[in-house]
Amino acid sequence: MILAQTLGPLEIILVVAYLAVVGYLGWLGYRHTHTATDYMIAGRKAHPFVMAMSYGATFISTSAVVGFGGVAGLFGMGLLWLTFLNIFAGIFIAMVVLGNPTRRMGHRLDAHTFPELLGRRFNSRFIQVFAGLIIFVFMPVYAAAVIIGGTEFITAAFRIDYNVALLVLSAIVAVYVLAGGLKGVMYTDALQGTIMFLGMATLLIGTYVSLGGVVRGHTELTEMGSQVFAGFRGMGHRGWTSMPEFGWGETKYNLWWIVVSTMVLGVGIGVLAQPQLVVRFMTVKSKRELNRAVPTGGFFILMMTGVAFTVGALSNAYFYQHERIVGRIASVTEQAEVIVKKERDAETRLSCRLLHVDRNGDGEVDINLIAAGLGNHAKLMPAAEVTELPDGRVEIRPRATSFTRALVRKGDAWMLNPDSIIPTFVTSAMPRWFGIVFLLTLLAAAMSTISSQFHTVGTAIGRDVYAQIVPLREGASSQQGTHVVRVGMIFGIIIAVIFAYYARGGYIIARATAIFFGLCAAAFLPSLVGGLFWKRITKAGAIASMITGSAVSTFWVVFVKASEAGAIGLVPKLTGGKSSLLADYPNWPVVEPILIALPLSALVAIVVSLATRPPAKSHLYKCFGS
Amino acid sequence: MFGIEDPCVWMAYLLSVASTILCIIYGAINWNRGDDTVFQW
Repeated sequence: MILAQTLGPLEIILVVAYLAVVGYLGWLGYRHTHTATDYMIAGRKAHPFVMAMSYGATFISTSAVVGFGGVAGLFGMGLLWLTFLNIFAGIFIAMVVLGNPTRRMGHRLDAHTFPELLGRRFNSRFIQVFAGLIIFVFMPVYAAAVIIGGTEFITAAFRIDYNVALLVLSAIVAVYVLAGGLKGVMYTDALQGTIMFLGMATLLIGTYVSLGGVVRGHTELTEMGSQVFAGFRGMGHRGWTSMPEFGWGETKYNLWWIVVSTMVLGVGIGVLAQPQLVVRFMTVKSKRELNRAVPTGGFFILMMTGVAFTVGALSNAYFYQHERIVGRIASVTEQAEVIVKKERDAETRLSCRLLHVDRNGDGEVDINLIAAGLGNHAKLMPAAEVTELPDGRVEIRPRATSFTRALVRKGDAWMLNPDSIIPTFVTSAMPRWFGIVFLLTLLAAAMSTISSQFHTVGTAIGRDVYAQIVPLREGASSQQGTHVVRVGMIFGIIIAVIFAYYARGGYIIARATAIFFGLCAAAFLPSLVGGLFWKRITKAGAIASMITGSAVSTFWVVFVKASEAGAIGLVPKLTGGKSSLLADYPNWPVVEPILIALPLSALVAIVVSLATRPPAKSHLYKCFGS
Repeated sequence: MFGIEDPCVWMAYLLSVASTILCIIYGAINWNRGDDTVFQW
């Protein structure tokens, strides 16, 4: 029942075969790419199934499966509110309410990118350049989150060093991304979405089988509420099948605000203004294609996020009640200081005894786990149960929660890493063959999202910034623009890989994703919704809204949101060690920027628009028709 | 419900499934509607 710990010939053959099929589909798309419209928006003739799967596969990445699945392992099933918002807002509202007006206006204004749509709607080159720059600067942070998700699984499942896995994954993605335009990307997305769907469906069934059924698994998880890690209990954690404690003004309500404002609202609302998703609406020729994409999209998201968050939470019951590890104890670390929480200048550590286990009998350590806490930390977690077997091996019941089981090595130190929860669970609980299926699932999830992220980064810098500031000289071919797009992509990939190299631990995948989604919502959503539905919104209103949304979001991340402000380091220098300007006011330092920046951005759009001259009727006719 | 006692959690489950059903019904009703395929300037 254990996944192979090294890359065998079968894994290599399957991965190569998968990459060959993806490469062929990408080449097929490349062959049919003749014009800028083909490259940017797939010729506006995408099939509804291809569009729906491409939208879903781009939306759902290793960030959702590994990052947010790991957060569900930490904080529980309350994250399912994000599944609801992902389906209701991310699919139904996005496709039914926003999709068709976006498609019609995109066609009317001949827009090829999201910034171009906004720029032409408001007749403003500044808006197009500003939106392009926001995407170019911040999208690599989100891309890094997706890359970390894939890297964590390869590291956990195949015992490859994190940095080596990061380089291998980045190289595969870079070659794939640079090859073709959106047509190739959408063809491969449809294949990758199908692989993701099958992989997650199998994971759900396998998880419930390993726990003895649906109700039994949930009941076991409910009953182990007393095992919640002490630090989380102080933040309001009440068990993995309960929402955290709700309230305001005391630190014991922090977790509710983290789950609801960062995880649920940050991503659930932010999805409506994702440039790489909005552009998908412009790839279909009529509303009928959008109507047909809705059922596929809804069911796909339910199977992806619903399964990831459910399995993440249930992994606690598996590690605590069901996990049995048979092997030889290769070595013991009698006292290790395990990093539980890492901030810029301070670390919270647990004093533990560690076991290093050789499961395969090859003399190599396959599993590292906490045997027991030491001293004052002994009461924080139950000790692992070790039974000697007649053949000299031992059977170990770790009796761990998902958090205390996610032990990883970082340099010379040991660290509990929530982003390793799903990889550790799949490696331990699932059969060997599923490890390979899940590897392809995550590879598909990562590549389908990253390809669109860098496609968006490239077109943002090439078409929305460079081509607006430096118009093509007479006689220059469109090749010049394409070169800038590719250089922009390479630059974005390098930034993302550097970020992924340095940022590991502290559920960074979910946090980086939420920051980007929240920033997009605050900067773009009022202008997008206003531009589609409110003819009175003005260029000045849209510009003021975008600047307000992005400025307030950035200010909040740098100065108020403790987990990011503390890591960036400006606030500790200004305040003599505090992690947030509002550190003395409970709950404020964990509130996500979107809760502050989006209402302000919307208010500014309305007030400034009403205070400025309405747009010309001739321009509105161009945008909306009669 | 299904071994989960907190109504705030199983409500999220139910609403997720209900939203998916809404998507499927919407798609089925509008399967053949909206063929408005589409400028001098």
